[in-house]
Amino acid sequence: MSKYAIQVKDVRKQFSYTSHKNNSIKRAITQLFKPKDTSKETFYALDGVSFNVEKGDFFGILGRNGSGKSTLLKIISEIYQPTSGSVQHEGKIVSFIELGVGFKAELTGRENVYLNAALLGFSKTEIDAMYDDIVSFAELEDFMDQQLKNYSSGMKVRLAFSVAIRAKADVLVLDEVLAVGDAAFRKKCNKYFEKLKNDNKTVILVTHGMGNVRQFCNKAIVIDGGRIVYEGEANEAADAYLDLFNSDSDSKDSKRQGTGAVRVENFTVEKKSDGLFMSITAKAEEEVSNVKLAVIITNENGKVIAGTNSMCSKNGQKLTFGQGETKTITFSSLNTLGKGKFSVGVRIEKIGGDVYDVYNNVAIIENDPRHVHYPTTLPSELQIEKT
Amino acid sequence: MLEKIYQKYRYSFILLRELVITDFKLRYQNSVLGYMWALLRPLFMFAIIYVFFAVILGIGKGVENWGVALLLGIVMWTFFQEVVKQGLKSIVSNGGVIRKINFPKYIIVVSTSLSAIINLLINLVVVAIFAALNGVEFGWGTLLIGVFIFELYVFGLGLAFLFAAINVRFRDIDYIWEVATQALFYGSAIMFPLNQVVAFHYNSAVLLSLSPITQAIQDARHFGITATADTALTITDNLYVLLAPYVISVLTLVFGAWYFRSRSPYFAERI
Repeated sequence: MSKYAIQVKDVRKQFSYTSHKNNSIKRAITQLFKPKDTSKETFYALDGVSFNVEKGDFFGILGRNGSGKSTLLKIISEIYQPTSGSVQHEGKIVSFIELGVGFKAELTGRENVYLNAALLGFSKTEIDAMYDDIVSFAELEDFMDQQLKNYSSGMKVRLAFSVAIRAKADVLVLDEVLAVGDAAFRKKCNKYFEKLKNDNKTVILVTHGMGNVRQFCNKAIVIDGGRIVYEGEANEAADAYLDLFNSDSDSKDSKRQGTGAVRVENFTVEKKSDGLFMSITAKAEEEVSNVKLAVIITNENGKVIAGTNSMCSKNGQKLTFGQGETKTITFSSLNTLGKGKFSVGVRIEKIGGDVYDVYNNVAIIENDPRHVHYPTTLPSELQIEKT
Repeated sequence: MLEKIYQKYRYSFILLRELVITDFKLRYQNSVLGYMWALLRPLFMFAIIYVFFAVILGIGKGVENWGVALLLGIVMWTFFQEVVKQGLKSIVSNGGVIRKINFPKYIIVVSTSLSAIINLLINLVVVAIFAALNGVEFGWGTLLIGVFIFELYVFGLGLAFLFAAINVRFRDIDYIWEVATQALFYGSAIMFPLNQVVAFHYNSAVLLSLSPITQAIQDARHFGITATADTALTITDNLYVLLAPYVISVLTLVFGAWYFRSRSPYFAERI
């Protein structure tokens, strides 16, 4: 018995573009007469990935879309074969790349439960025994004899999740699809994650939600371009993941949009005891008027949580620039943001017209844990009267 | 010992059972006559061939109870054809599941073949009724039909494995097999008895007997319905010719299963 549940050793996965298109004999024959140039037609989705998951780990895998994390997940789940390298595991792996695998719209809810659970390895008698629990957990008692095509998507997810959490496995592999659904469903998911964590289950979690990583994972890796760029403690991995986005926008101006008539030249943010001071230096290439400049603050998941602009601020006004003119605009405000990391973006546009510049992730604001855990605080005052 | 085997193949058993049930429920859903179609299709085919070829053209004269023999041939052919055709499509049409979860892929092919067996059993009941009405005597020889059906199953399953795996890369196999099916149907002694081939050209009859399809159907007719139906046994005593169809069937299954097994790890990324 090793202490590792999963050992991934130097896994590489090569995909070729042609194999997908090459599914007719005609193409295969015409291919024969073309000069071979394989180097251009293949790429490595994973390029030498090694890591170990210990038993009892709640292990996060982070990465942007197209970074190779889904491929890695499929290789761990034995759905794909690695081109080279190996994955060793102890015990049974059950993976959820998607909820409700094998669901058939033409079958009833009841029949789908049996089919789905059979895919998870449950026999009929086992499903019989837990059927009532599955239905009541999904809160679908009245719908089980209806065809699945009459279900709403929320009902389908509930039913699938209700079956999924019964899975008995030594290692659970969960893709981010588990994070779909409404608030009530997410709450159930979180409860399930908590239970897994408390039971000391070995779990591999792939997610975009940094909150989940920080809350549940003890270790994590960050994948970019098919390689591991960070491996270690979950909180630090989450930071590394966010840095990935920032370093990207620093190095490449390609992410910037807009006509460029007015451009952000410089941006500074100062955190002082009496608030936040954000200064934007903008330069105009041509004469413009009726300009609005906005500062937008997003949280770690890319969700906008606060913002201000040159119109709605105190002393707010429409901005004008002469040709070649440079101005520095400073916003001073209370630091009403909660704890954690926030990303700042700037947007310059003509009111009701062209967008001149959109510059995301121009700076990071980091608030220590003494701040509230809400995304933002409402500036408020307290009054207490005895009544 | 049995317990051990069960534990090893437990997951496969569970899955197989559920897939067969699902397939059974889904196949004739939203059709008014439902499962009756499994019966009606071969019966209509029989009626058409019987009227045009047996009654009008006189094919099958000289074979006692040719009507029953024709029906048996069509039912066995339909079974074989269904095993191959459904198996061929099964892997690609289950691509969604294969890409999302890891399980033994052969289960899918086997489950479609089991559905074909269920259809066959229902059809055999009809054949038996027809046979009884026509005064066919049942004896120990009747049971031999089971052996020939098994042979046909082995051959069909082998092709199903082979084609299902090829279909993942070359969808053309579906169309190629469709054409081949036509050739096999008219080429095998299904709508005509081997007797007429023997009378027409002896060597062609021997050649036809090498095919597991012709041999299995003719043998089933010979032993199950009427001894007047010619079969490989009655036209030659060459041991190689007699064994060839069985060897071909077994080799097809071994090769098909081997090829399927070697390709199955790559199904998920190629579908």
